[in-house]
Amino acid sequence: MKKTDNEFRIQFISKSSNESFARTVVSAFVSQLDPTVEEINDIKTAVSEAVTNCIVHAYPDSVGEIYISGSFTKDGTVKIRIRDTGKGIEDIKKAREPLFTTGGSDRAGLGFSVMETFTDKMNVRSAVSKGTTVTLFKRIEGKNSDN
Amino acid sequence: MPTKVICEKESVTAYLSGEIDHHNAPAARAIIDTYIQKSRPKKLTIDFSSVSFMDSSGIGLVMGRFKNIADYGGKMDITGLSPQAYKVMRLSGIEKIARIYKRKEDKK
Repeated sequence: MKKTDNEFRIQFISKSSNESFARTVVSAFVSQLDPTVEEINDIKTAVSEAVTNCIVHAYPDSVGEIYISGSFTKDGTVKIRIRDTGKGIEDIKKAREPLFTTGGSDRAGLGFSVMETFTDKMNVRSAVSKGTTVTLFKRIEGKNSDN
Repeated sequence: MPTKVICEKESVTAYLSGEIDHHNAPAARAIIDTYIQKSRPKKLTIDFSSVSFMDSSGIGLVMGRFKNIADYGGKMDITGLSPQAYKVMRLSGIEKIARIYKRKEDKK
C-alpha cells in the first residue's frame, strides 16, 4: 500500500439537502489531484448514491449521523468511506442486485450498481441495528495522463 | 430551480434544471405528474439540458413517469442528457422503452 498523501473527515446529519453538500465536499477534496471532468463526476455520482442510501435506508424514520472520510495516495488512488450507524442491511448480496429496492416506487434500485460502475472497487460492510460502511476506491489518472 | 413545463396540443415537455438527486426529484415529480393528469399527453418529453448533475434518483423520476403515461399508451422522449447523466441513465436500460438523446454540446 502506498502512503496516504492527504485525508479529510466530515460528519453531518441525514437531511436530504446534505446530499449536495457531501458531493461538493468530496469533489473539492478530489480536485486536488487535477481529475478530468468525467473522473470527478464519477466520484460525485457514487458518493451521492451512498449518502442517499444512508438517508433513505439507514435512517428511514429518524435523523442520524453520517460520517465520510476520504484519502488519496501520491499515485492518485482515492478512497472514500461513507458510514452510518443506522439499521443496517440484512442481506448485502440482495441489496447489491440491480433493481432490488425496499425504497418504494420512485427508487430505481440502482444505487449500488451506480457505485460499482462509477468506481474501481466497492466494499460494503453492514450489521443489522449497528450500521453500514461503504468504501469506494477510484484511481484518478488526471488531465495530464494520455487517456 | 423549478421545473418549467410547456404544453402543446398533444405533447408535454418538462424542462428540468439544477441537480436531480433524492432531495430535488420529488418537486419535479409532482409538477410533471400534475401535467400528466391534466392533459394526458400522447408524448411526454423530459429535457435535461439544464441539469448539471443527476444520480439514480433521475432514473426513478423517469421510470415512474413512464409508468404513468404508459398506462394510457403515452410515449416518452428524454433529451439533453449530459455525458454524466447519460452514463447514469444507461444503467437503467431505459433506451428499450424510451428514446434518449445526448446533449449536443456540453455546457459549462
